[in-house]
Amino acid sequence: MSTELPELAAPPPTGAGGSSPAPTRRTFIATSTVVGGAVVAGSVVGGTSLIGGEEAAAAERPPSSRVSLTVNGTRRSLTVDNRTSLLDLLREHLGLTGSKKGCNAGACGACTVLVDGHRVNACLTLAVRLEGAEVTTIEGLAEGEQLHPLQQAFIDEDAFQCGYCTPGQIVSGVGCIQEGHTGSPEEIREWMSGNICRCGCYVKIVRAVRQTAGRK
Amino acid sequence: MHPFSYTRASDTREALNAGRDGGRYIAGGTTLVDLMRETVERPETLVDITALPLGEITVTERGGLRIGALVTMSEAAAHAKVRTLYPVVSEALELSASAQLRNMATIGGNIMQRTRCTYFRDVTADCNKREPGSGCAALHGVNRTHAILGTSDACVATHPSDAAVAFAALEARVHLLGPDGTRQVPFVDFLLRPGSTPHREQALRSGELITAVQIPPLPRPLRSGYLKVRDRQSYEFALTSAAVALHVRGGVIREARVAAGGVGTVPWKLPAVEQHLVGERPSGALWSAAAAKAADGARPLQHNRFKVELLKRTVERQLRVVGGTE
Repeated sequence: MSTELPELAAPPPTGAGGSSPAPTRRTFIATSTVVGGAVVAGSVVGGTSLIGGEEAAAAERPPSSRVSLTVNGTRRSLTVDNRTSLLDLLREHLGLTGSKKGCNAGACGACTVLVDGHRVNACLTLAVRLEGAEVTTIEGLAEGEQLHPLQQAFIDEDAFQCGYCTPGQIVSGVGCIQEGHTGSPEEIREWMSGNICRCGCYVKIVRAVRQTAGRK
Repeated sequence: MHPFSYTRASDTREALNAGRDGGRYIAGGTTLVDLMRETVERPETLVDITALPLGEITVTERGGLRIGALVTMSEAAAHAKVRTLYPVVSEALELSASAQLRNMATIGGNIMQRTRCTYFRDVTADCNKREPGSGCAALHGVNRTHAILGTSDACVATHPSDAAVAFAALEARVHLLGPDGTRQVPFVDFLLRPGSTPHREQALRSGELITAVQIPPLPRPLRSGYLKVRDRQSYEFALTSAAVALHVRGGVIREARVAAGGVGTVPWKLPAVEQHLVGERPSGALWSAAAAKAADGARPLQHNRFKVELLKRTVERQLRVVGGTE
């Protein structure tokens, strides 16, 4: 069941232009930055600041490509700078900020998403390479108001403190359970080692994954 | 990251044409994208080769294995034939990187991956590999994780792959396809020692593609395994590692294949250790005596002297584990 959305030629401005008057944490941060800092460029796409419209048009346009992919069941068609990572596509173009940017180098796992059912690091995945791919992020795990069992298990087990690594931990855990590497706490630890938790909640993370795997 | 154009090759001919025109092949991309972001790599054109038909694992005559270049590390490690015929390969793969990275990275890309030397990755540092002639900041810098074997005054960076250590031990061959046709290169000749040209890392000709890694058949029964020693228990590169395969018949070692990782500028084959084992009966004393030769020719640096002893012990322990005797 996928719904077709019109092409997004440009990223929606982060936290600007929305109709909702209620400030989110992101709009608050964006607004405070504009107020507090002197010069703040618009949206950052693939590491390049797109400054004002005229200046951007005057500068040589970086090579871009069109890509169509499905994100959490919704078909998306976009034109992106070839340098855009899947992580930036999700966060900056599609407003799906659940996947987190930790190291941006494949060393922490905070950006973990499922691509065609396999867990990968979104920060090291170039978006232009995902033609036809099915992407599932933390936002796509729940069924309506019903949390995914692993999301609920993280709450039940109190498996996080600051929460920054949690979306990546949960998506990675879903992959780990699907792969069947949950036979023992030791096996889970090894197969979840691509997700770093600076708060050190590993014991409870392993417990949440194990309980969810056992329930299947 | 510098801007680049992107094309997707739908068959090998298209890929080779794009490669001949200077395009850079991309498969899993886990090393390349990372290094592009650091501007260590600055390709003008990326040629996506993931649609090429190089994703098969086949058992060759007499029980060798041919692993297609685009087989992912996860697929290779989980493959029933890899696990039963060459556990040293599946273990090396599963002890590498993380589950996420192994889902992305391919066998061809794994042997092409570039060093983790921090000076290589830091574009403000001197590095002959990144910028020939600029010098080597690691030689007298923080070089605890660097190589002790196969080094030169120009470069002391290790090759980071674990799977490549297993392939080197098993004397695999790299299958290549280029504008002039196909050829095979012994693994030991595929990866180049730095010498005075550390920027040349593989014996690849312009535009050539890796199509497969082929492991030759070895006499059975064969016991094999991989041991990796590192600063943390998982998701870390090797300080030292050992790939061992032994064929024991009638209580005598008939064939031995041994290589070490984390210590060499390339995966380090250990012929002196192998020769010491062949024709002998397995024993604790034999493992110790053979492993004593593992660091022959080592040239340690200021901060990695510990690797000399650690390497010998790593090899001895893995001989013991695979050899199955005290």
